[in-house]
Amino acid sequence: MVRFENVGMRYGAGPEILRDISLRLEAGSFHFLTGTSGAGKSSLLKLMYLAERPSRGLISLFDRDIATMPRRQMPALRRKIGVVFQDFRLIDHLSAFDNAALPLRVAGIPEHQIKEHVTELLTWVGLADLLTAKPPTLSGGQQQRVAIARAVIRRPSLLLADEPTGNVDEELALRLMRLFEELNKLGTTLLIATHNKSLVDRFDHPCLHLAAGELRVERARKRSA
Amino acid sequence: MFRGRSDLPLTRDGSVRFLPWIIALMVYLACLALAGTLVVRDVVERWDQGLAGTLTVELPPAPAGGADDGAVARTLKTLDAIPGVVTAIPLDARRTAQLLEPWLGTDIDTADLPLPRLIDLRIDPRSGLDSAALSARLGAVVSGARVDDHRRWLDRVLRTALALEAVAGLVVLLVGAAAVLAVVFATRTGLAVHHSIVEVLHLIGARDGYIAGQFERHALRLGLRGGIGGLVLAVLTIGGIAAAADRVGALDDAIRLLPALGAPPVEWALLLLLPLAAGAVAMITARITVLRALRRMP
Repeated sequence: MVRFENVGMRYGAGPEILRDISLRLEAGSFHFLTGTSGAGKSSLLKLMYLAERPSRGLISLFDRDIATMPRRQMPALRRKIGVVFQDFRLIDHLSAFDNAALPLRVAGIPEHQIKEHVTELLTWVGLADLLTAKPPTLSGGQQQRVAIARAVIRRPSLLLADEPTGNVDEELALRLMRLFEELNKLGTTLLIATHNKSLVDRFDHPCLHLAAGELRVERARKRSA
Repeated sequence: MFRGRSDLPLTRDGSVRFLPWIIALMVYLACLALAGTLVVRDVVERWDQGLAGTLTVELPPAPAGGADDGAVARTLKTLDAIPGVVTAIPLDARRTAQLLEPWLGTDIDTADLPLPRLIDLRIDPRSGLDSAALSARLGAVVSGARVDDHRRWLDRVLRTALALEAVAGLVVLLVGAAAVLAVVFATRTGLAVHHSIVEVLHLIGARDGYIAGQFERHALRLGLRGGIGGLVLAVLTIGGIAAAADRVGALDDAIRLLPALGAPPVEWALLLLLPLAAGAVAMITARITVLRALRRMP
């Protein structure tokens, strides 16, 4: 599903943010990505959701080498990847409904299907009364839920989430994690970057730990009682 | 048709509000340039058609001054015998004096002036008669007689008209280029202002055409709005000029150099296409600009 081999990344002529990253995420796997601030978690995710190109090494997504992939095939690849951005990146002038519906609209899904799916998902994340609300009028947690809805609305094959539970309370964080687990059971490969150690400890998934731009794979821990 | 759903808040974008005004000005200038070309072309065509088959025979004045009616009679008799000559009407002294009035005024007695006698000649254009051969034939009858087919004068007018058309074409090209630059600038500004939204659309799998489509529809709307505004202004201006020209002509027919502003209705209708052309140019320019910018994204 995802394969990195000796990947390095730098912004412009700056220092290497990521060094010799080699990893493999099998289809249907669920990993956490941990590390201190500035360790390179977001940069690693950016490489995976094709927002940045590596300065060296090989990245393969869905068994395709992205360096040699024609540009016109990139949108189809991106549609298989759901992303929850750390800063949500919602579009302010669009309603919660329209924000969540974006991936369906860019894929040309008919409006009647969009209405059904989006309403159902936003209701599930507790935003049934806020379908027409614009992001600036929503709290941080509500915005985060819209961002998650947008990321999962197309049931992506690969879901990348950057601190997806950072702005929600414990109870909602657990609900969202269960949503991610449900998606994982349906076959979605997940990589969740988080600072929340208790969340990592609570779920029995392997952990990729980034420190100073280098990656270390940690085994899954025992679920705490 | 043009108001498709947009993920980008382009209609609220203050940075492109100037665009319809610029396009209106461009279309206004292009309209005036094209209208001028149409009028000049129409006038020249009318002169050309009016002069086709029309010649003027000039007989030199009698050595003692005054009219040489004998020379006129010999010339008319010769012309009468030439196949292809339709009419030959000598201009009398009063008509000759009228032709000279703009230069000499009305107080001069032209009878004392050594003026040539003129014969208005109409020939069948299909007869193959040419002015040089006719001149030679009449010169044998009346010494110094010559035939003027007005071609020298008309050729000069035609050259001037062609030059005016070229200048008008250049104006339209420059105006079009300026409009393209304005749209490029406005589109790039829009891309910069909405970069974060464009990036999100890009990352969730929007094709370049999907994003470019939003910019091009917006540019088309602005282009049409500006184009229609410019056309309305131009029509008012041309109407004003035509009315003023008619009023001057009505006051004094003698100083009316050009015929009434006019051209075939089909050609005037071409001007109505200018707003559509402005919209199309804006749309295509915006699309190309956005596609080129998106190509630089990963």
